[in-house]
Amino acid sequence: MSRRRILFCAGTGCISSGAFKARDILVSELDRHGISDDFDIIASGCHGFCEQGPIFIIHPENIFYCAVQPEDIKELVEEYLVNGNVVERLLYKDISTGERVKDHMKIGFYAKQKRLVLRNCGLIDPENIQEYIDQQGYEGFKKALEIDNSEIIEEVKKSGLRGRGGAGFPTGLKWEFTYKAEGEKKYIVCNADEGDPGAFMDRSILEGDPHNVIEGMLIAGFALNANEGYVYVRAEYPLAVKRLRKAIEQARERGFLGNNIFDKGFSFDIKIKEGAGAFVCGEETALLASIEGKRGMPRPRPPFPANEGLWGKPTCLNNVETFANIPLIIREGFEAFASIGTEGSKGTKVFALTGKINNTGLAEVPNGILMREVIFDIGGGIKGDREFKAVQIGGPSGGCLPAEHLDLPIDYDSLTQAGAMMGSGGLVVMDEDTCMVDLARYFLTFTQNESCGKCTPCREGTMRMLEILNRIVQGKGKEEDLEKLEYLGRNTKDTSLCGLGQTSPNPILSTLRYFRHEYIAHIREKRCPAGLCPDLITYSIHQENCKRCNVCAKACPADAISGKPKEEHHIDVDLCTKCNNCFEVCKFNAIIKE
Amino acid sequence: MANEKLESTSTIETIENILDRYPTKDGILISALQDIQNEYGYLPRESVETLAKKLKIPLSSVYGVATFFSQFHLSPRGENVIRTCLGTACHVRGGAKILEKLQEVLNLDVGGTTEDMKYTLESVACIGACGLAPVLMINNDTFGRLTPEKIPEIINNYEKDSK
Repeated sequence: MSRRRILFCAGTGCISSGAFKARDILVSELDRHGISDDFDIIASGCHGFCEQGPIFIIHPENIFYCAVQPEDIKELVEEYLVNGNVVERLLYKDISTGERVKDHMKIGFYAKQKRLVLRNCGLIDPENIQEYIDQQGYEGFKKALEIDNSEIIEEVKKSGLRGRGGAGFPTGLKWEFTYKAEGEKKYIVCNADEGDPGAFMDRSILEGDPHNVIEGMLIAGFALNANEGYVYVRAEYPLAVKRLRKAIEQARERGFLGNNIFDKGFSFDIKIKEGAGAFVCGEETALLASIEGKRGMPRPRPPFPANEGLWGKPTCLNNVETFANIPLIIREGFEAFASIGTEGSKGTKVFALTGKINNTGLAEVPNGILMREVIFDIGGGIKGDREFKAVQIGGPSGGCLPAEHLDLPIDYDSLTQAGAMMGSGGLVVMDEDTCMVDLARYFLTFTQNESCGKCTPCREGTMRMLEILNRIVQGKGKEEDLEKLEYLGRNTKDTSLCGLGQTSPNPILSTLRYFRHEYIAHIREKRCPAGLCPDLITYSIHQENCKRCNVCAKACPADAISGKPKEEHHIDVDLCTKCNNCFEVCKFNAIIKE
Repeated sequence: MANEKLESTSTIETIENILDRYPTKDGILISALQDIQNEYGYLPRESVETLAKKLKIPLSSVYGVATFFSQFHLSPRGENVIRTCLGTACHVRGGAKILEKLQEVLNLDVGGTTEDMKYTLESVACIGACGLAPVLMINNDTFGRLTPEKIPEIINNYEKDSK
């Protein structure tokens, strides 16, 4: 009898939810029952369903156990692995029907996904190259070795693949420019400096299937006559760095990387450069400067990196997810890829679903899917039965879209038209408790902080806009501030040197477009409709609803609530720090925020 | 160790050892600074001066790089570095309250280090564990689905560890 496989998710999410502790107990429990030899326990990459971690999947029957705590393992082993009785309570419970689901592909979160880039994530051990090879790994590269450079580039062009890092530039064209650029020495660079707050797809790809990225870079190297590659990865991602390093070593041992690969006269090797923490390094020229050991500041283009990149040599720079698409395109041919998605946006896109949503995690969907399907079918809707208010897509460079855009198809062009952008694929869902002015201010605080200061429009523009937003949330805004914001926003957009500055006003401009009434409420009525901006709200007790239970008074860190149990409660506004604790602990809607 | 006063000779030796890891000296400035920081926990002035000399790069340029990137620190940091995430997902799910609680428990401002050099408190823009928001990292460990009430216990575990 062949050994059964127990795959447990060892992505950052599940590890922090206790996956390794559970694994250790699993090992000793199997041993205690004397059945250790019947099972292979495999640490896999991220399944994407971080909300339900730690996740354990058992093959060949493909049963999906989720939220498995260390203390659940004993029962899981005795009941299921020894006696064969399914442990119902550890199966996924469908939110709408309340039913338990055994096969994870029948869970709403997975059913509407199309997992191509993430096809191996969660299924293989990312630290074992053989597992990747068993899934037809490196077949795309082997196929590429047999065809002409220009044919490979043509294949990528015809696939319609566009850059997954944000801007959506056609990948095949980028390759062609680098291929045609003059120069003996050329470089391939993978941008893994995932700095967008709210995005973690690159991290999960590197943690879950690093060889897929290496193979994509190898194919690019072969097609463009480059023999050196760099992966620029955030130092904040220690696990991704570790797995990538191991994968590169194993690829070298197997002869996929090194000199004269498979006697084809092609040599290629990959180095890892750890980023040192600067959001602007996601911009390509800033990233290259940083690899060269300099301050990561962008420079004007042209010359583009395709002609003058790293150390002044032609350089092809793509994002992690872009490279991860390449092996499948070459292996299966461009037609299969191009048959998915819309006219202008082919293939799939990985999104990070976060915020006030039931199913947080990573989801890969075909381009053109409706926003509604992603948020409600895959994401399981809004947490705690609240109302959907807006979704922020594309991180600090993107925009906020309101409920009337829920039926918008998600692709590069529709999103740009609506005032947002694909960006790297962060989707932060917000409910009625989120203040849109505060959100715009949050993003501006981030971009202002990360502005490198080289060009004036970005350095000064972000600062002036932030000052205005700070005034508005404090109730000191003036009527003319909104026009000023739009004027500054347009100018910063048009005149900044790089993508950081050019996109920084998007959160303001899109919230002004769709949620102007919230700005006006802050300015004219000195009121925050979401009840969030501390300077614009006061707390009081609703005496009819109040059960005099005294819970709020105990939760108050400032002793601002007077009254003993069974007595009338009052909030002293002079002592109140507006921490919102009382509002959160009250079960009777007896705290009024206005 | 982070707190020891180092002799110049040992600094030179350390820097030389670090530079020996690199076959060429082109473009290694950031990597070398990262190595130095791994060694000392921060970038001591003396080590940066030695590095500048060895690499034949003006000290001002080395300083320029060291202060550009948020990863580098010019003063000593605590044994445990706590990084609270204030990314979008954490912001929406109350990351600021986690930070407030940490400030209260540790009696520290953001960027500060406790007097016993045990903890440094920082905030970061995103650590990419948005699915578990709000989150924080202590050294290389990630803690998710936090509430302010969970903070004292998490810190307490690090208290025990060092005894």
